[in-house]
Amino acid sequence: MSDLPTDTDTTAADTVAAALDAPNPVRALLAVHPDASHATFTPRVGPPQDVVSVSVEGYHELVAGLRGIGFDGFVDLCGVDYLRRRPRFEVVVILLSHPRRRRVRVRVGVPADAPHLATISDLYPGANFYERETYDMFGIVFDGHPDLTRILMPDDWEGHPLRKDYAVGSVPVQFKAAHRAT
Amino acid sequence: MSDTPNLVTGDLETPSIEPPAEVADVDAAAGRRRRALDLWMSGTEESAWLQGATAEGAQELLPAAEDPALAVQRGTVVTDDFVVEDTTDEDQRQIMNMGPQHPSTHGVLRLQLEVEGETIRRVKPIIGYLHTGMEKTGETLTWLQGPTNVTRMDYLSPLHNELAFSLAVEQLLDVAIPPRADAIRVLMTELNRVASHLLFLATFGLDIGALSMMIYGWRDREAVLGFFEKVTGLRMNHNYIRPGGVAADLPDGWEDDVEEILTIVPQGLAEYEELLNDNPIFIDRTQGVGVITPAECQAYGVTGPNARASGIDWDLRKVFPYSGVERYRFSVPLGRHGDTYDRYLVRVGEVKESLGIVRQVMETMPAGDYRSEDRKVTPPPRKRIDESMEALIHHFKIFTEGFKVPAGEVYQAVESARGELGVYIVSNGGAKPWRLHVRGPSFAHVQALPAMMTDSLVADVVATLASSDPVLGDVDR
Repeated sequence: MSDLPTDTDTTAADTVAAALDAPNPVRALLAVHPDASHATFTPRVGPPQDVVSVSVEGYHELVAGLRGIGFDGFVDLCGVDYLRRRPRFEVVVILLSHPRRRRVRVRVGVPADAPHLATISDLYPGANFYERETYDMFGIVFDGHPDLTRILMPDDWEGHPLRKDYAVGSVPVQFKAAHRAT
Repeated sequence: MSDTPNLVTGDLETPSIEPPAEVADVDAAAGRRRRALDLWMSGTEESAWLQGATAEGAQELLPAAEDPALAVQRGTVVTDDFVVEDTTDEDQRQIMNMGPQHPSTHGVLRLQLEVEGETIRRVKPIIGYLHTGMEKTGETLTWLQGPTNVTRMDYLSPLHNELAFSLAVEQLLDVAIPPRADAIRVLMTELNRVASHLLFLATFGLDIGALSMMIYGWRDREAVLGFFEKVTGLRMNHNYIRPGGVAADLPDGWEDDVEEILTIVPQGLAEYEELLNDNPIFIDRTQGVGVITPAECQAYGVTGPNARASGIDWDLRKVFPYSGVERYRFSVPLGRHGDTYDRYLVRVGEVKESLGIVRQVMETMPAGDYRSEDRKVTPPPRKRIDESMEALIHHFKIFTEGFKVPAGEVYQAVESARGELGVYIVSNGGAKPWRLHVRGPSFAHVQALPAMMTDSLVADVVATLASSDPVLGDVDR
């Protein structure tokens, strides 16, 4: 049962331990992630939400760190296609800490020419289906995902429907058995 | 917000649906695996046509030796009830499909079961049969049309969908909601929770053989749906809760109808508890069946009654209150065992608590507007349209062009009848959402089914599935 992440070095582990006692653990954790930036969004309803932006390279380590400081619940993972922005895609992960009663939102920009991101399904098994959906809808490849296949669209569907350059409208039925029905 | 996305509206950049080379590689790999799988699955030439017509290809259950998902499950959370070393001959195993056209799969869910005799060794839920691209559709509808779309996702608790969407839009708009609108929202969503859980009792009873529960549950749900029809005009898919408030005020005499629901449902509930709670057959079918631990719930994103049945004290109405629901007194029923029986008990308890909230709302219903009087989001009153050309134009524009929502991104979750129903919206400042993502609780629950079902019996699959109460419209969207 040792598939849990064990590759964090001692300094990172110390920071995690220090972050556990800090008043804002997310902000304290970011001390070891120089490529991550932090903002707090205070909505009209509900508590403030921590929003962390991070690079593709630092993404997996940051999520591992968040898991280490008590974000034990996986809530959501989805993609966004900003089309004209660089990087074009963004993957948004929402994690939840039950003991701290806090949510954190991790945003990571993914470039269109290399839509790759490390999987977090090794940290949160619940990310499995969500990453498959994001791959299905946006074509973002989650490296290391155990079973990266389409999930909502048929297996032989062409294109990734939620991309902004995938047109809405009449699409010929693409089910693979259709042409055999003669 | 400091990190507002720098969005640009306008023409498309490169109108091409060709995936980049890396994506094509993964697609090609999936194709290769699919072909290998077809060979592995079929065995005979004669079945080739049938394979093509019925197989789902790479989305299917992989051969056990190549199933890395299993390793993740084993390593990370599934430790209590999983047989890691089994010495049985692979030849003793067979793969069965349950669904998608199976009455107990609550829609079009397909479960691929690898069975060894009567024991489930592996499960893979295969979804997408009800996928209609509602998130994509949502990007083509204005903010005011949005609720008509999202209400069809989790069609058994449509008002929760509308509420989550409306709250998210209102956060970006930063409009204040009058107290009466908040109270109406709480009243309607709690009644919706009652209706949804009554339907759960009906279908759950049916699935495990208590056939009369089917009739009882639907009968009591009718009382609630009749009230919905009176208030919103429709029994389902109401489009009643909208950004800015609700569509219409409660009709005259609504208290009498609510009073009737508050009489009928508890009477029925007492009968059903007498029928089921101590029924030895019911207990045999449900206790200790489909257990999911709290750690598994958290890791898989299981929320709502399913998580509370495992003992996780977590209700969004308590921890992240919305629409003034914190003003009402209610408790959160918790289970201890995380099994099918506790999931049933928790839902029965929630019906009682929801009815309590409904009574409090009825007794404290504030007077006032039922929607925001912010002219930015609500149309002008009817009589103003008759006397003012500007009001007429405004009314026309709000329903054709729609209002604009400031750029930003927001995540708002409500406690639906199934769990955390989250709406993630990105706005670029236009009249339509740039991105609308709905985090449906059932999606996570279907994903967690293998954790509940592995190493249980075939007969328990139906009980476990029914007790997790998925709505496939919510899963596939």
